[in-house]
Amino acid sequence: MSDTKKKKDQSFLKRLTSNQLFIPLLALILLAAINLIVDPSFIKVTPGYNNAGNPVLSGYLITILDYGSELAILAIGMTLVTAASGGQDISVGATIAIAGSAMLRVLCGGDSRPETIQAPIIVAFLVACLVGMLCGAFNGLLVSVFKIQPMIATLILFTAGRSIAAWINNNELPIVPDPRFSYFGGFIPGIPIPTTVFIAAICIVVIALVLKFTNLGLYTQAVGINESSSRLNGINPTFIKFLAFVILGICVAVAALIKVSRLSTINYSVIAKDIEMDAILAVALGGNALSGGKFNIWASILGAYVIQFLTTTLYKFNVQSDALAAYKAVVVILLVVFSAPKVRETMGNLVKKVAPKKEVA
Amino acid sequence: MRLRKGSIFNKISDTNLLLIITIVIFFMMYIGAIIFQGGGFTKPQMFFNILNANASLIITATGMSIVMICGGIDISVGGVVALVSMCCAVYLDYHDGSILGSILIALGIGLAYGLVQGFLVAYLDIQPFIVSLAGMFFARGMTTIVNTAPFNVADEEFTALKLTRINVPFLGSYNKKGVWMPAYVEIGVIVALLIVVLLFVVLRWTKLGRNFYAVGGNKQSALMMGINVKRTKFLSHLICSILAGIGGYVYFLHVGSGAASHAMGMEMNAIASSIIGGTMLTGGVGNIIGTLFGVLSLSTIQNIVASAGLDDAWWTGITIAAMLCLFLIIQSIVMAQKKKALK
Repeated sequence: MSDTKKKKDQSFLKRLTSNQLFIPLLALILLAAINLIVDPSFIKVTPGYNNAGNPVLSGYLITILDYGSELAILAIGMTLVTAASGGQDISVGATIAIAGSAMLRVLCGGDSRPETIQAPIIVAFLVACLVGMLCGAFNGLLVSVFKIQPMIATLILFTAGRSIAAWINNNELPIVPDPRFSYFGGFIPGIPIPTTVFIAAICIVVIALVLKFTNLGLYTQAVGINESSSRLNGINPTFIKFLAFVILGICVAVAALIKVSRLSTINYSVIAKDIEMDAILAVALGGNALSGGKFNIWASILGAYVIQFLTTTLYKFNVQSDALAAYKAVVVILLVVFSAPKVRETMGNLVKKVAPKKEVA
Repeated sequence: MRLRKGSIFNKISDTNLLLIITIVIFFMMYIGAIIFQGGGFTKPQMFFNILNANASLIITATGMSIVMICGGIDISVGGVVALVSMCCAVYLDYHDGSILGSILIALGIGLAYGLVQGFLVAYLDIQPFIVSLAGMFFARGMTTIVNTAPFNVADEEFTALKLTRINVPFLGSYNKKGVWMPAYVEIGVIVALLIVVLLFVVLRWTKLGRNFYAVGGNKQSALMMGINVKRTKFLSHLICSILAGIGGYVYFLHVGSGAASHAMGMEMNAIASSIIGGTMLTGGVGNIIGTLFGVLSLSTIQNIVASAGLDDAWWTGITIAAMLCLFLIIQSIVMAQKKKALK
């Protein structure tokens, strides 16, 4: 009896550790534990009022959820791109600048200090979506048709993106006069939860529905695992790869809406800086192979929030924003080393070696 | 590669074909600049200034090419350059260090980076992109931790070394007063050119160099041939990081200051130069001479843009990107043609 129970336990442990959500969850729990030990008040969410007199919730958890949303949205698109093409898009930060700049151009109509907005917000957002999709399509075209490695193909927009963004607005920094525009990155009056949380939730639900009711997920994995055999099975790998980049383009446009709305203006060289790195890390942290193939979008989204958690924790410990990167790097390396198949295998063997000895004793 | 008679494409290897394209385009561009813009481009010093300003990029880009030929990537080089300049600057100014000590620091940082990254990539099988991404983050963060504010080095010995100029024989121009001004290069350029020659020889005629191509071209068959794939990968990263350390010192020698914002985006410039020079990210194809011309093309186009009076901040980015795009598409088409021709 006890033997079978032990076996069950072992298999449960094995199932647990081999689950893709294990690493990000473990990281999340570790981070939460460290935070709780150092400062128990971190878990508190306090209601209060912001400058405009609206009821808002504040606290570290809310901050993480709030600022993690862009990253979570980008992680969705980045996971698909990674799975389909076996490479990453490093131009997302630059395309956020382009899409945001286009949005401001439509809203302000070329005037840097307009009295009122020149077009409805929804039109500006749709234009940004279109621009984001165009950028995605450009990357997708290079990757799928010209067969250029994704990282290199997206290097083009990475180098040019911020310059193009500045060029769209003649290098001016327009300010959106309408307070309604700032709702997207802040709070809607009367609702104490940040709007960004809802936007991220909508995106997650949409992608969940898409994955549930279409073959997108299956096809993407098939293309990522073996391109030629998926072609033999009647899938068009070129189109699937192209599609992944276009979907990422839409994600970028949504992230741009949030980013621009937070400030109601834009700073071309700073907006969404290094966000591509965080987005790729989110995918890697989620245990998705960066060389493509199988993917788990929930693990990536969780990974995105873990990274935001880490950033917020480091800020809380009064780490300078410039020095943040060094600490992040150490954590990332530790995580990656422990999730490396080789290390896990070695550790698994060690556990196996230790386990029978115990039984004998 | 099995070659057939006939099409001229088949007579040239992948590496050489892409190299020839790069060199031809560079000369066309430079001659075009001389014809249409004249001015500075007619003076030899213009060319040597490009070399002076980009000696460190040449060194880091050659390292990048080796990693890329071996099928990896290293995006930490820009961060390493910044870290090296900051550490050396602090050492020279605050700790009253010697030149030799600072050189050792630069090499030490490069070596440490190479050992760690090489080990993680080659022996633990972790994606080189992620490893070097973390490496980049770490270097950038450490630079700020070492010293936040940018500052110029005042050390006398160092300043003397920084200002050392080596005149180029027979080349120069008359200035406005009619005095002969010989063209000059800085020490960094000599170092860079020595490294280019050395690596060219290593890649072409040594066992190690051929192993890089074999591992990058096809890991499986390299393994079958009895090549120690892991060691080769490890060495490629080691060489790249040490070169980044040397490049960092050359950069430091050129700018003479330490700052956290130094060499921002240098890794991307290095990758771009390698690609323009005909190195392919898939591995197995590439040439050090091509990388040298890649750097030269990149900086020539920057100079053309600057001297054409276009707003630097926007147009440099856009033109480099356009050029990269052009080269990538040329590469892609040429390789597709070659594949067809070989069939």
